[in-house]
Amino acid sequence: MILTLTEAERQIALGISVAVALGGLVLAAAGTQDTMEVHGWLILVFGAICAIVVIRDLWGPEPPRSRLESYYDEPIKAGIIASMAWAVVAMFVGVWVAALLAFPDLTFDGAWASFGRLRPVHTSGVIFGFGGNALIATSLHVVQRTSRARLPDQLSPWFVLVGYNLFCILAASGYLLGVTQSKEYAEAEWYADIWLVIVWVTYFVLYIRTLARRKEPHIYVANWYFMAFILVVAILHIINNLAVPVSLGHAKSYTIWSGVQDAMVQWWYGHNAVAFFLTAGFLGMLYYYLPIRAQRPIFSYRLSILSFWGITFFYMWAGSHHLHYTALPHWVQTLGMTFSVMLLVPSWASAGNALLTLNGAWHRVRDDATLRFMMVAAVFYGISTFEGSFLAIRPVNSLSHYTDWTVGHVHAGALGWVALITFGSFYTLVPSLWKRDTMYSPALVEWHFWLSLAGTLIYIFAMWNSGIIQGLMWRTYTEEGTLAYSFIDSLRAMYPYYIARTLGGLFFLIGAVIGAYNMWRTIRSAPSSAPVEGDVPLSAATAVARG
Amino acid sequence: MDVERDPVSGRETTGHVWNGIKELDTPVPKGVLIFLIVTHLFAFAWWILMPTWPVGQTYTKGILNTDQRTSVEKHLVDAQAGRAAWMKRIESENLEQIAADPQLMAIVRSTGHRLFGDNCAACHGINAKGGYGYPDLTDDDWIWGGDLETIAQTMRVGVNVEHPQGRTSQMPSFGRDGILDADQVSLAANYIYSLSHPKFVTAANRASVLSGREVFMSNCAICHGEDARGKRDVGAPNLTDARWIYGGDLDQIVETVHGGRQGHMPTWDERLSAADIKILALYVHSLSLPAP
Repeated sequence: MILTLTEAERQIALGISVAVALGGLVLAAAGTQDTMEVHGWLILVFGAICAIVVIRDLWGPEPPRSRLESYYDEPIKAGIIASMAWAVVAMFVGVWVAALLAFPDLTFDGAWASFGRLRPVHTSGVIFGFGGNALIATSLHVVQRTSRARLPDQLSPWFVLVGYNLFCILAASGYLLGVTQSKEYAEAEWYADIWLVIVWVTYFVLYIRTLARRKEPHIYVANWYFMAFILVVAILHIINNLAVPVSLGHAKSYTIWSGVQDAMVQWWYGHNAVAFFLTAGFLGMLYYYLPIRAQRPIFSYRLSILSFWGITFFYMWAGSHHLHYTALPHWVQTLGMTFSVMLLVPSWASAGNALLTLNGAWHRVRDDATLRFMMVAAVFYGISTFEGSFLAIRPVNSLSHYTDWTVGHVHAGALGWVALITFGSFYTLVPSLWKRDTMYSPALVEWHFWLSLAGTLIYIFAMWNSGIIQGLMWRTYTEEGTLAYSFIDSLRAMYPYYIARTLGGLFFLIGAVIGAYNMWRTIRSAPSSAPVEGDVPLSAATAVARG
Repeated sequence: MDVERDPVSGRETTGHVWNGIKELDTPVPKGVLIFLIVTHLFAFAWWILMPTWPVGQTYTKGILNTDQRTSVEKHLVDAQAGRAAWMKRIESENLEQIAADPQLMAIVRSTGHRLFGDNCAACHGINAKGGYGYPDLTDDDWIWGGDLETIAQTMRVGVNVEHPQGRTSQMPSFGRDGILDADQVSLAANYIYSLSHPKFVTAANRASVLSGREVFMSNCAICHGEDARGKRDVGAPNLTDARWIYGGDLDQIVETVHGGRQGHMPTWDERLSAADIKILALYVHSLSLPAP
């Protein structure tokens, strides 16, 4: 992979690797007596490994000029592999924490294995490790194809991908050590957060530079969504993580926001992380891989415009629906609720646009599990956005809030939408990137599909039941006017559903393992003999001729 | 930029092509527009009814003039009023009077279950049967006394915690602190074990059990009594029955004599209302009675 970098890029890569390693050394030295020391050494080792990888090929031959006549797909391949590795690890931890809720003694008396530390490993692992790597990989693939332009350089995509995974490793390992700023989905501490800002700004600049080099007159919808995802996540991340460390030698920091403002900033972040990380980015995926696989034109360009601007505008207001019936002023709650309701139609317009695109290709949905992944993902996108707007309505929320219904809703989105669209995209992408005719085993893709669907359905039905039972038990009064159930009564009632949920998660995990195996075997198989035609950037000359 | 006609839908494309992807120029379906208007009307109506938009230092109050703070306060007052009739009797009548009234006791049992689950079950278990380190509350074996007033008092003042009238119960660590040597600890434990297991004593070990009795008399009897039936004024449990807080196996008894025990029970007089403590005392007491 280093041989695809120019000599100058290799030298800069070496410089960055050494700088990262030295940065780790500084953290380790400053953080003796603190968990930050462990992270310092970890960063040092990470930087050193990167430096060694670069040095091994530092004086290798310069890549040929002809490279500029093809797309730069090396980092995309690495991103897919990283994404699947995170998927298997983080979904395994997910099954583990699910089991912990039913069998709380599974902690082996270790603090690291307590629910509070493992849960963020699961959430960050799937959202940022699996989802984030998938988004980086597919966005760089889509932007090159739809711009008919090669990435502007070879170094910055690698910096984004490798740097991003360093962040994910710091986050996940920190949680096990007890390093957390206790903000949901933003648990990583200040030094990891600063590093992510550097990585993310590089990502944004890389994306803009590629778009600027495009040979197509228009920017495709998928790129609108990817741009919204990159830009807004940068804003969210920076504002929610503004914090003051207790000292430069300590991992612990305190947020600059206080009280209910902190809660509001956190859920403005939290909800828009769902909106722009888990929705906008994956809609970018949907808008490229679904029409490619279905071989159909997008149903309606006008509907694309309506849903894009509706989603980006309305989501920004909706975060306060996470704080219904709290110290947050009533009027802020009303805004959050009403904007969530108005958000429904643009969301459904996206799902509908995807499903109507399949008109004329339903026979392919029947026969092709890859396309079926994407079709079902669009259906779950519709289901979970409806459910989201519904749960945001204040009186509904009084029943659902703090119950497993919320957990079920999140997983309808995360499993049914995010993971399925990713698997569908990967199954389209892997054979094409590695130049294979098909996946190693189409039968295993079928197995993966049905296991995922069964797992998702078991999971969300279990959580619907458990959540609604919980909510009802918490609000049931006796005739005498006292609560009928104690909290622990409701916990006991959850037991069978927690076991069912663990089982659903296990199905989904097995599916992901099968998927990872199938992709691995595809990569290891012999390349296709038939040359792929047309999958190259437009040279300036042909672009003019076409224009 | 060639506009084509899609054979499946009959629609024209927009003429944009990206690596083979095209788009149809389908107008936004009417249903979408109608639905869009409906959700917006819903939102506008809600804005008119409810507190919504910030205006300088204040906000629009909404024509229903509602606010979550006032509405929750009203709910609390209403809920209290709904409980007032029986709550007044719980507050004013004494424990024996309440216990004698089947109607009030029915309320005590249902309310007590909830109070017990939220406050006591974490240690004593949802079924009040206790566990390792936490006494069983459903038997008739009481460490501090099992009459209604004593149970209520134990809840109010706690055990081994700071409270002006707090109950204190310290089982010394006889072995670790060097009060007894290892042999003496073992002898005492054997004797204690024999009290609840008469068959443990054989001709072979009778002499050693008897010397254990001597150790017991000079070290343990002061709290647990010469008959080992315990003393409620110092919270020393009865050692002759088969009920144990820290386990009744021989090695567990050795561990207890060696290391001592200082169990804790929190005080509840500042966390629960006087009426709630009464309800809980009655509820816990009722658990130890034979089922009606």
